[in-house]
Amino acid sequence: MLLEVEDLHVEFRTRDGVARVLNGVSYHVSAGETLAVLGESGSGKSVTAQAIMGILDTPPAFVTRGSVRFHGEELLSASADRRRAVRASGVAMIFQDALSALNPVFTVGFQIEEQLRVRRGMSRADARARAVELLDLVRIPLARQRVRDYPHQFSGGMRQRAMIAMSLALDPEVLIADEPTTALDVTVQAQIMDLLAEIQRERQMGLILITHDLGVVAEVADRIVVMYAGRIVEHADAVSLFRSPGHPYTSALMRSLPRLDSKGTALETIRGLPPSLLRIPPGCPFHPRCSRAEDICASHVPSAVRLGFGRTSACHFAEEVVGGPRG
Amino acid sequence: MGRYVLRRLLQMVPVFLGTTFLIYALVWAVPGDPFEGKCGERDCPASYVAAMREKFNLDDPLIVQYGKYLLGLVQGDFGLTSSGVEVSTRIAAAFPVTVRLALVALLVEAVIGITAGVVSGLRNRGFLDSLVLVSTLFLISIPVFVTGYVVQLVFGLQLGWISPTVTTPTFGNLIVPGFVLASLSMAYVARLSRASISENRRADYVRTALAKGQPNHRVVGVHLLRNSLIPVVTFLGTDLGAFLGGAIVTEGIFNVPGVGGLVFRSILTKDGAMVTGVVTVLVLVYLLMTLLVDLLYAVLDPRIRYD
Repeated sequence: MLLEVEDLHVEFRTRDGVARVLNGVSYHVSAGETLAVLGESGSGKSVTAQAIMGILDTPPAFVTRGSVRFHGEELLSASADRRRAVRASGVAMIFQDALSALNPVFTVGFQIEEQLRVRRGMSRADARARAVELLDLVRIPLARQRVRDYPHQFSGGMRQRAMIAMSLALDPEVLIADEPTTALDVTVQAQIMDLLAEIQRERQMGLILITHDLGVVAEVADRIVVMYAGRIVEHADAVSLFRSPGHPYTSALMRSLPRLDSKGTALETIRGLPPSLLRIPPGCPFHPRCSRAEDICASHVPSAVRLGFGRTSACHFAEEVVGGPRG
Repeated sequence: MGRYVLRRLLQMVPVFLGTTFLIYALVWAVPGDPFEGKCGERDCPASYVAAMREKFNLDDPLIVQYGKYLLGLVQGDFGLTSSGVEVSTRIAAAFPVTVRLALVALLVEAVIGITAGVVSGLRNRGFLDSLVLVSTLFLISIPVFVTGYVVQLVFGLQLGWISPTVTTPTFGNLIVPGFVLASLSMAYVARLSRASISENRRADYVRTALAKGQPNHRVVGVHLLRNSLIPVVTFLGTDLGAFLGGAIVTEGIFNVPGVGGLVFRSILTKDGAMVTGVVTVLVLVYLLMTLLVDLLYAVLDPRIRYD
């Protein structure tokens, strides 16, 4: 297995108390596979990614339990040097807002070359040549000239391309893309997703795509994990998840998507708000917002129910949900 | 960039004329004849006063006087002091001392201030952070003349580590006065860097640098520092301008023969030509320093372009 996360627990120790941000997250990704991590803001998608990278802000964030393995090697207990060595060359990450994620006072070229010079010991000239190649690869026109530009001289889409080029510099085996298209125009979003998918195919990388956009997920994901309140509520291959969601939260998410055939009718929403992570409700964390919640949901945390084809759903009524009429 | 510099240089002309005219008018237009008190206990002889008034064009209308002064200035002639010495000679003697003192103070302020600020900004709360906050607050609350006299008394007279007054203004002898002069700004620089570092250290680009697997010293020393120091460097630049204007208090305490003392004595003795001369030079220095700071700002932050 290329990258595995198992039973990961992360808490934020804040002045207001301990926020349990991740409560036993497990997923894995293999070479050439795209895993989509779906969930609302605050569901713990990005925190999981940062825990994998080892770039959590500690304090306040602490990993309290669990395991992150890269090629079977435990990373959580690895030395700081070893973890740094895995970053970018083993597992690389790109971020949502490339404008703030790129350093405003250094040229795009410098920020790509820096990795090659510091980590690979390349000469200035070699690193520059490689940076131009990488910018070319992500289809930045006139790469030879643009390599000397600063991030603010790039358009939004180009910045995200530059970010992707930067993440590829050390030929990572896994790429984590944390909402790579959220800050972009819809037309540019599609281009960036196509680019990511293409690069992933060519390099046979494992791609972890963090998003809240079901549309993006449907197009590129092989498998999907759905997160809610720091837990994985459903895990399924993309085809079966879209055909018949196995968790009430997943089906509620899908019903809240605008559809062509429901034009003119009011869009469904999920009533209520995601719970505060300082006070996660007992039992199933989704039960206060769930339309089919019963007494057991408020008292017992549902364990993952196997639904066949490697699917799981953390719902007391998983079989009924998946078997019932769609939606 | 070139056009911007040219425009800024042209803008300096009216500022220069305005400030020098103002100082010229103030110095010579004050009530009382500047030459009547120059002869000790007795009144000056009327013939002396008349000769001096003639020499300094005091009987012309103010604007004509100023015009004549400016004309001399353009030719590099700062005029004579009331005791007949070239103003430019006095400035040329005092200014290098002030430059030396200013450089020492700038170095102290930058090195200690930034180091303290970075160290405390990188850790939130904790002992070092509190130490920096308390000690800077302490420095900010004490007037420079108190710091100066205490340092002079303790290190100069009681411990005897340094000479209480500066006999020859070499760099070495100016270290202690430099510390005193820099103390207040040093505290501000420390606090400014601290705020800037702790604001930027959670920035997205710092996280990116970490995710890229850059070693810690590069994440902090290259990515974080370069961004955080932009406001600090501009502060240092303006401060250098202020230091170059002379430090009346510090120079006075340690008897440093710099520009501050020169201005102070000239004002006391109503030496108009001397005061206008020094102030003219200081105005020029200040104008050039602000231009330098603005240009430096664009160098440090590529998002700023003067086109």
